[in-house]
Amino acid sequence: MKSTTTSWGRVFEVNSECFELQDQFQAINQIKSTETLIPHGMGRSYGDVCLSREGAIYKTSKMDRFIDFNDKTGVLECESGVLLGHIQEYAVKRGWLLAVTPGTQYVTLGGAIANDVHGKNHHKYGSFGNTVVSLKLLRSDGSVIVCDPELNREWYCATIGGIGLTGLILSAKIQLRPVKSSMLLLETDFFDSIEQFIKLSKKSEGGWEYSVAWVDCLRTKKTRGIFFRANHSNDNCLNFKKNKIISFPFMPPISLVGSFTLKWFNRAYYLSHLLKRRSSFVHYSNFFYPLDKIKNWNRIYGSNGFYQYQCVIPENQAEAGIEKLLGIISDAGVGSFLAVLKQFGNIPSVGMLSFPIPGITLALDFPNQGEKTKHLFSRLDEIVKIYGGRIYLAKDASMSNQLFSDSYSNYGDFIKFRDPKFSSMMSKRLTGV
Amino acid sequence: MNCANKKVVVIGATSAMAEKCSRIWAEDGKSQFVLVGRNELKLQSIAQHLVVSYDNVKAEIISLDFNSPQQIASMVERLYEEGVVDIVLIAHGFLPSQEKCQEDLKYCNEALQLNGLSPILFLEAFVKKMEKLNYGHIGIIGSVAGDRGRKSNYVYGSAKGLIETYVQGLQHRLAKLNIKITLIKPGPTNTPMTAGLGLEINRLASVDLVANDIVNAIAKGVPIVYTPRIWQFIMLLISNIPRYIFNRLNI
Repeated sequence: MKSTTTSWGRVFEVNSECFELQDQFQAINQIKSTETLIPHGMGRSYGDVCLSREGAIYKTSKMDRFIDFNDKTGVLECESGVLLGHIQEYAVKRGWLLAVTPGTQYVTLGGAIANDVHGKNHHKYGSFGNTVVSLKLLRSDGSVIVCDPELNREWYCATIGGIGLTGLILSAKIQLRPVKSSMLLLETDFFDSIEQFIKLSKKSEGGWEYSVAWVDCLRTKKTRGIFFRANHSNDNCLNFKKNKIISFPFMPPISLVGSFTLKWFNRAYYLSHLLKRRSSFVHYSNFFYPLDKIKNWNRIYGSNGFYQYQCVIPENQAEAGIEKLLGIISDAGVGSFLAVLKQFGNIPSVGMLSFPIPGITLALDFPNQGEKTKHLFSRLDEIVKIYGGRIYLAKDASMSNQLFSDSYSNYGDFIKFRDPKFSSMMSKRLTGV
Repeated sequence: MNCANKKVVVIGATSAMAEKCSRIWAEDGKSQFVLVGRNELKLQSIAQHLVVSYDNVKAEIISLDFNSPQQIASMVERLYEEGVVDIVLIAHGFLPSQEKCQEDLKYCNEALQLNGLSPILFLEAFVKKMEKLNYGHIGIIGSVAGDRGRKSNYVYGSAKGLIETYVQGLQHRLAKLNIKITLIKPGPTNTPMTAGLGLEINRLASVDLVANDIVNAIAKGVPIVYTPRIWQFIMLLISNIPRYIFNRLNI
């Protein structure tokens, strides 16, 4: 049955055949009779990675069963539609948590693997793919491949970060990490240059597991920002906290994020942190998922939707590259409330098309202003290209196929693992098929 | 009565509503489940989820011929030999193609058997045991389609109508006893059953809401519940439309 599907940025909307998979058996039965398809979890990616115009969209969020948990080793096996938030809820009561988590818990296990998502503790655990013990992949001919680092290693590396193009992930085993507490100790610090940010990151690496920075993307004179770092507490208090969720109730006719609102928000945000205590305890759900308290927060950008631009600039030229990018962005006078800066560590990514490389990643949202935004992005893409960086596919909605093939040089190796029936709007845009 | 052995029996456990209900009961602390269906692999994965997700849960799976009175009777006999049944949910069925029922009498027969007669066989078998112990709760899923036969789905609707009259009789028989039978009438719900109907998802009730209503109604022993509630008023109107107007409607 045809229905309308979109992704988090709400820039693209497709009216395609959708199947809500209830379980693995239905997936195996259904797949042989579909010509073209793409898997779709919660649709929390920002661009077109999980969308298809001509093909069918296989929605996996109802394949949400737990299969097994070993409470001695912390290895959890689930169907690919299980939400990371449900894993956290289940795990924390038992003294475990996800080793790697992105900034929202409303992501399916399959989506986390296919995009090889990363979190604030990259230098300790790498990205999500580094925690995958094994996965079961369904191909369009009905065959199921069990992939792990020893058995079918190439399939494992192709599917992690493989943006759904190698097949449908039916289930996976992941390695959780032990925790004594659901609380974290959080410290804040301030910086007013990228150089200072880099120094803070390096200094924090040894003693702090989590680190991330917010940066004021409108400041022209100095790049000021707030540096957050955190560690799990040892207070033996393990509890799941059901946060009150409010819904952003309507779609405003225009974006509420504009140069005026942004300027004042940034000032207020910076000041509020200056006035707060520099050290505090915070529940994991508030530290990992601050925006999840506002359901549909993506509506604040209005009916045209928004883009998120996230790139990484390699280590050796990161400072210069990031400064150039921020310079272009602040000149343009647009941007988002939440501009995030993070230093990736050295743990190699597992996936052939994985995003993280050692260097600095910058992520921020832009209201969709049509050609103006596209023009800004092509200027930013130029910088990314010059500095040998790349753009995060889970967020991308506009990169050229040229930049993709320049920056993701493993695509040549990846092609033979693609399933001929799996294709998305993104794969058409970036690779032609 | 040995409360430690009290079981929740879910007939048609692989249906979306039944699976959600099972999860709600496990969340509420019920720890012994018997999941009855036809597809063993699916039953196994549902049982496994309950056992892994909730501490101290045991889940047994049974597959049998849903149209066989002998198999149904033996199953119920065995369950009561092993312990007391606290709650039974009868949730199986399928939405047949009305057109195909009109073309193919064998298919029509299958639709009526599985949607009408089979649930009743389970009902009667469990009530017989519950009456002896003067204890038990049964929830049986009917449908708003049973409230008035209409051309687009009267084979399904009449099977559900059969169940309603049967339940009325049972409720009358058991009125003075501590046994509660709840007839649940869901409106169109977002499950695989409605997937082929071309209905917009936002016009379908969520399985979560319906499952919560089912579990709450069974706990309170409510005789009939419409879910979502608005369907009670919608069906009141539809049931009372005069025939000469109804017959002109294309529903």
